[in-house]
Amino acid sequence: MQSKKTKTLEPQTETKLAELQQTRERRTVLMQGNEAVAYGALDAGVNFFAGYPITPSTEIAEILSVELPKRNGVFVQMEDEIASICAITGASLAGAKSLTATSGPGFSLMQEGIGYAKITETPCVVVNVQRMGPSTGMPTSPAQGDIMQSKWGSHGDSPAIVLYPDSVKESYELTIRAVNLSEKYRTCVILLLDEVLGHMREAVCLPDLANVRVISRIKPTVPPHWYKHYDENQKYLSPLASYGEGYRFHVTGLTHDSHGFPTNKSTEAFEMMERLRKKISYNIRDLVQIESHKMEDATIAIFAAGIVSRAAKAAIVMARAEGIKVGLLRPLTIWPFPDDAVRKMLRNVETVIVPELNQGQFIGEIQRLTKDKSESNVISLQRCDGTLFTPNDILRKIKEVS
Amino acid sequence: MATIPQKIVHQYLRHDKKFPHVWCAGCSNGIVLGAIIRAIAEMDINRDDIVMVSGIGCSSRMPVYIDLNTLHTLHGRSIAYATGVKLYKPYMKVIVITGDGDCTAIGGNHLIHAARRNIDLTVILINNNIYGMTGGQASPTTPHMAIATTAPYGNIEPDFNVCNLAMGAGASFVARTTAYHVQEMQKYFIEAINHPGFSLVEVESACPVIYGRLNKKGGAPEMMKSMRDNTIPLAAYEKLPKEKTEGKTIRGILRQEVRQEYCAAYQDLIKRVNVKEGK
Ligand SMILES: Cc1ncc(C[n+]2csc(CCOP(=O)(O)OP(=O)(O)O)c2C)c(N)n1
Ligand code: SF4
Repeated sequence: MQSKKTKTLEPQTETKLAELQQTRERRTVLMQGNEAVAYGALDAGVNFFAGYPITPSTEIAEILSVELPKRNGVFVQMEDEIASICAITGASLAGAKSLTATSGPGFSLMQEGIGYAKITETPCVVVNVQRMGPSTGMPTSPAQGDIMQSKWGSHGDSPAIVLYPDSVKESYELTIRAVNLSEKYRTCVILLLDEVLGHMREAVCLPDLANVRVISRIKPTVPPHWYKHYDENQKYLSPLASYGEGYRFHVTGLTHDSHGFPTNKSTEAFEMMERLRKKISYNIRDLVQIESHKMEDATIAIFAAGIVSRAAKAAIVMARAEGIKVGLLRPLTIWPFPDDAVRKMLRNVETVIVPELNQGQFIGEIQRLTKDKSESNVISLQRCDGTLFTPNDILRKIKEVS
Repeated sequence: MATIPQKIVHQYLRHDKKFPHVWCAGCSNGIVLGAIIRAIAEMDINRDDIVMVSGIGCSSRMPVYIDLNTLHTLHGRSIAYATGVKLYKPYMKVIVITGDGDCTAIGGNHLIHAARRNIDLTVILINNNIYGMTGGQASPTTPHMAIATTAPYGNIEPDFNVCNLAMGAGASFVARTTAYHVQEMQKYFIEAINHPGFSLVEVESACPVIYGRLNKKGGAPEMMKSMRDNTIPLAAYEKLPKEKTEGKTIRGILRQEVRQEYCAAYQDLIKRVNVKEGK
């Protein structure tokens, strides 16, 4: 909560918020993925959370309801997920670093609001701890059914930034990264977790707060009458004023010009759409993160994200013990898709196996990039019954194709 | 640029930006806009400290014309966005502009919960009894048997009494007026903005181009006259015999009471927690 007298943060791009936050004893702790997300959010400077309870994400809200008031931050339980995404967007425009957490049904409800945050270029983070769908589905069972929804869920073209951790520790790290990227790129960033990751406990050594890299939105330095809410000059990364700072800007979900006023001119509409597209596509190298595991000599590659990659890693150990050269390519950023890394993988291996907990979502992206290779070398492995792949499931496939 | 006329209203408009406006000739939305500006000017609030939030609809187009912090959101969701702004910066005055469809159909859930929380928002609901922007479909406040493009044989649904709805949900300030009663409207806006809690002012308005035409209500002047003749101030209403109040609408401040405001309650919570934590 900001009182009028509260000093707002100095205009800054990167700072360490160490002094501003409570010091927490740093040690190796046993924690859940959901806990890691909550503490990652706090360490990234999130000071506003609005949400609605839903399994398997609820612990994130519960922890933040304990921790945010201690830090003068706002926690509010809204009447539904639609209100939650709206509230975090409103708070962000007032200057907050904001986040919400949900799962499939709530994520579906949020889609219109996610599109609004994107077109208005308002920083915020939506955590989706995925559960088995469609509809109410299996609330406590894992699935990776929201990979495409996290990119295409809201109507219209709106390029997405979506991160996907594979461990509790990485859930902490990618939550911080999600908040940082939302501030830097002024957009709604989505963090996808697997149900089992949200509830799984692992030992995590949290870094010293002084070592946590925190990025905050760039503040305008121009006088108010020069301020453009969408300033296209700065590499598509534009300064953002907050309500109450004298800038009196207009925000609308209508297609708008660079001042934020609605427009029907096709030139201005084109300009806005291009800015939304380019701020992602011109910054692919900053956005994409991949893990390449035992790929140096691999003839078979597995492409998998999140929890599935862990079964894949275990399968790789077993396969390599039998002399099969297999590696793993794991995207930590799933959108924008790591096209270059996948192309390189396709060039260097004979076969790619794509295991995923859905009826085939990543596989289409891999096939899209399979220009010169015959498609039979890209093999889909699907599971959609609320259970996980075991390492043996993947090993069997490896042996089948080797 | 042409010189800006020096009427108060003109000092608050975004002259060089978004005029001419989208509203039809005879629409009441402009009258409400004028009253809001005069209220703000009279209260002498620093305009940097005001955020005006709206949803989608003809009425919700209002913020773009006013030189304040303005937020034109999604259909039905203005109160939810406003809740986020207000909770993060409680010292700001947050005014919500919304239509009858925006606020009581798609946005009904947010209305009742904001009223229940008693968060200090000022909701100005411009009730033209129809969906204006989409061309005349029935809204939850379209009167029984009135014609709408989606109720061509007469609306068989009963309509909401919006003020009663807000009061039932816990709003601590509720008033009703019309676009004809401009000074009264301005007075209620000032009361509502000053009120420390959730306030709702329902402004009956004329949509001559769609509602008026579909229901043979005449043009804007006739609809204005009807607002004058078919509404009665609360004090008079209570004294009049039943036959004289039949079918008339009450104008006035229907509720004004002080109870714990939500942002203040949250501030108290922060204090309690920090005392417990020994800070
Ligand atoms: C989610 C969604 N559904 C439907 C619409 C279409 N729509 C735009 S305005 C409107 C109705 C507006 O009516 P009201 O709130 O009464 O305002 P008025 O135009 O009468 O001032 C509708 C249904 C929309 N924009 N978004
Ligand atoms: S359609 Fe009705 S409400 Fe909309 S601008 Fe025209 S007169 Fe006003």
